[in-house]
Amino acid sequence: MSEILNTANATLFEQLGGEGAVNAAVDIFYRKVLADQRINHFFDGVDMDKQAAKQKAFLTMAFGGPANYSGKDMREGHAKLVQMGLNDSHFDAVIENLAATLSELGVSAELIGQVAAIAQTTRADVLGK
Amino acid sequence: MTRIKFDDQFFETEPSETVLQTLLRHNMQVPYGCRAGVCQSCLMRCLDETPVPATSQMGLKASQQKENYFLPCICLSENDMSVILPHADDVWLDGQVVDKYALSSNVMLLKIQSKEPLAFFAGQFVNLRNKAGVTRSYSIATIPNASHTLIFHIRILPHGQFSRWVADEVAIGMSLNFSQAQGSCHYIEGKSEQPLLLIGTGTGLAPLYGIIRDALENHHHSGEIHLFHGSRDATGLYFESKLHDMAKNHTNFHYTPCVSGENSDQTIYMKGRANQIALEKFSQLNGWRVYLCGQPDMVLQTKKMAYLQGASLKDIYADAFLS
Repeated sequence: MSEILNTANATLFEQLGGEGAVNAAVDIFYRKVLADQRINHFFDGVDMDKQAAKQKAFLTMAFGGPANYSGKDMREGHAKLVQMGLNDSHFDAVIENLAATLSELGVSAELIGQVAAIAQTTRADVLGK
Repeated sequence: MTRIKFDDQFFETEPSETVLQTLLRHNMQVPYGCRAGVCQSCLMRCLDETPVPATSQMGLKASQQKENYFLPCICLSENDMSVILPHADDVWLDGQVVDKYALSSNVMLLKIQSKEPLAFFAGQFVNLRNKAGVTRSYSIATIPNASHTLIFHIRILPHGQFSRWVADEVAIGMSLNFSQAQGSCHYIEGKSEQPLLLIGTGTGLAPLYGIIRDALENHHHSGEIHLFHGSRDATGLYFESKLHDMAKNHTNFHYTPCVSGENSDQTIYMKGRANQIALEKFSQLNGWRVYLCGQPDMVLQTKKMAYLQGASLKDIYADAFLS
């Protein structure tokens, strides 16, 4: 089962355009997130270069590419934000920005759905549920 | 098998072992995080002239790549490497004060001649150390030159341990130690048509002045170059006639002195904060390269705004310092 899933994911990553597509998307995506009043207060005072690198890792994973971090990392990395009130509405806003980014880059609705579905798998870990 | 030199010791790498793994296996204290080339916590610099493997420079700024910075967690060494942590100032060089004079009521120019040739990029900074061991970081306000001199703009603070020493005690001929040049806020070759936006407050002008001269004189930068220099009052500005002259001699260079406090002569100065005036004038920064130097709050806020207004993060070079 996991083998089938991996094959499907690799295809998605290739279909989207691999690392080049991630690089193009991360600039647009992080800008949307920082401009979004619903969620940008979670990013006050962070090191923007390091944060952009994290966003890139997140997008690589959501694009079905090689993922370098675990559910535990996700959980620990967002624990402080959960204390600050991070909840489902904020997670939804991030997914919305992700979809808008891909749509701006001309990605088909079907592939956007697949990316969103992968991103959704991190919801419980990110929100510490 | 290759050898890694770190902290004056040599370590042999195992096959398919990253530089970080080698160092950690020998219990070296080095920072690291993701071990996957993402978080950049383990950033190091290779001192050799041989370039490091390009794959170990993924995601680093062009200026860092040029200075042989790399990520040891994704670096499989191809040659022996001598590596240091980014801000290791273990090497002190000898210099001699060759000139010192006031640029304004509270800024002094200090000119130091190095005893030996030194490599730096205009806009980088060095640590200066006096005889008492007091050390401060200052940006280099000149371009590399044949006489091996470095110029600094030193803001004299009423109770500044180092700056008061410069103002009261430093005399021409005195010797002074300084570190290797550091920092990634400098001009990058290539893309000479790219528009440049430079925003500085106070002595944040020093690195920007070096960068502009480097761009115009050494690299014949053809894109538009816009400098906004700000201060609360007019006495905090300096080099005005020099910069106005530069603008006359180079049609692509534009200089806007800004004063945010009351009572400024608005025929000479723009009224307001340099960063706000600049970002209002250039609301679309897609494709621009941005340099920011000065107070940390201004730098952080402007970096974010420049990014939101379209500049790519990789094209934003910032140097925050306490003034």
